[in-house]
Amino acid sequence: MARLKRPDFKGATFKGLDIRALAQGVLRRDGGIAARIVPPTGFTAQLTLFSAGALAFLAVFALALSLAAGRMADRWSESLAGQITLRVSAPTGQAEAQTAAALEILRTTPGLGEAHVVPDAEVAALLEPWFGPDVPVDALPVPRLIEVPIASSEFDAEGLRMRLEGEQPNTVLDDHGEWRRPLVSAANRLRGLGMLSLVLIAASSGAMLTLAAKAALAANGQVIRVLRLVGARDITIAGAFVRRFTGRAALGAAVGAILGMIAIAILPDMDSAGTFLTGLGFQGWGWFAPLLIPLIAAIIGFAATRWAALRMLREVR
Amino acid sequence: MIEMHDVGFGYRNGAELLSGVSLSIQPGSFHFLTGPSGSGKTTVLRLFFGDLLPTTGRISAYGQDVAGLSRDGTAALRRKVGMVHQDPQFLDHLPLAENVALPLTVAGRQVDMAALKDLLGWVQLAPQARAMPPSLSGGERQRAALARAVITAPDMVLADEPTGNLDWDMSMRLLQLLIELNKSGKAVLVATHDMNLIRAAKAQVSARVLRISGGNLQLAGADL
Repeated sequence: MARLKRPDFKGATFKGLDIRALAQGVLRRDGGIAARIVPPTGFTAQLTLFSAGALAFLAVFALALSLAAGRMADRWSESLAGQITLRVSAPTGQAEAQTAAALEILRTTPGLGEAHVVPDAEVAALLEPWFGPDVPVDALPVPRLIEVPIASSEFDAEGLRMRLEGEQPNTVLDDHGEWRRPLVSAANRLRGLGMLSLVLIAASSGAMLTLAAKAALAANGQVIRVLRLVGARDITIAGAFVRRFTGRAALGAAVGAILGMIAIAILPDMDSAGTFLTGLGFQGWGWFAPLLIPLIAAIIGFAATRWAALRMLREVR
Repeated sequence: MIEMHDVGFGYRNGAELLSGVSLSIQPGSFHFLTGPSGSGKTTVLRLFFGDLLPTTGRISAYGQDVAGLSRDGTAALRRKVGMVHQDPQFLDHLPLAENVALPLTVAGRQVDMAALKDLLGWVQLAPQARAMPPSLSGGERQRAALARAVITAPDMVLADEPTGNLDWDMSMRLLQLLIELNKSGKAVLVATHDMNLIRAAKAQVSARVLRISGGNLQLAGADL
């Protein structure tokens, strides 16, 4: 009989599904024997690549929308929340006196900066688009406007409003909240929708990868049976599928994310159009956010395939 | 090493195939399990291999209850007990050498290429090392299955009708391999209905012959 040497058991060991396995799924090719115990999945693999790429491409846009909506909400909040306007609607002849009284109230109100009475010429310029250049604005009973920057959080808008009602009933406080709030609310909802889209895309990726892994497992029933009979643990068999689908998901998502970033980058810039859509791009560190998409796709691929494989393997003794 | 204690087995909604079977396989022993087709020979081997679980009684392997093994525990048992199936299955996308080394691969062990070459030479399949399984003949598949069963250096080899599809010359060649394994200290249990094979083996090795009939196991007499 030929000499039966006991094999050298030193060397590479097959690790279970851990972070290292996830990294291997992303970085390693399918060339290793531990991966090749499962035959090539062919069409399923190509569909997985395409689907992961398409979903990553959409995820880049959802992310851009979410970030842009967030920036818009912040901008509107900050630019208009920093000042208040007083409107003095005094009868003819009392305008100067009531403006002076309003300025005195503002001067003694904590949390406010230096008040600035908007000159009549500026008020006329504001009204000109509405009345046209031929209407003598100075002949109209136009209220005086006083702009005041908010200097600190000490400022109490409601307190000032009540004080004006008591002392200067012809003077109205406008903190811009009436028209600012719906805009900020809309922008925040848009940001929420963007985030929801990202969650839905992630869930779709998980579902797609689960189905693809299940199809591959079902197509390899005989292979799995042989592997179990020669003593393969479930984690070993699942690992071969997991590495494959994790790698496919990460690669497809990387290509999709890069294409999405290129598409965002070539949108018209803000200078040439100046509308909301031009703000859809990424800014500064925001350009790094889409690079997380392939990593997240790999994690989803890893978790979905592992779950599907271990669940299905329980049916094979 | 591996023992059956008063084991019974029957498929769900089916008649009982085995009842009250007790059998002990000790290191270095050689057993034949014989009986007509459908008598339960394969079932006994599958019970030893953890492929089926007894409905009554107990099977213990290396001191552990086989029915209580986890899935990983069952996998570990299969790496200690080599099995040659009547119709051995391989991974058709891998060449023969990689199929033979599969038990080591799935166990995460490094394959000693020199030992693998020796093993393939022992079963006279060295020239077919790179052949794909679908291109192998019946005899070659059986010998490849035997090589795969022993590559992890198991303590025990089970063979289910290993010569069922082979001609006499090829059957003798496979029997010689099994006898060599037994002489190297491994326990061997062969399920077969081929009495000529048993007689040929008994001429060379001390083998116990067990007959399974009506779901019961009995030591065969000297009439073989």
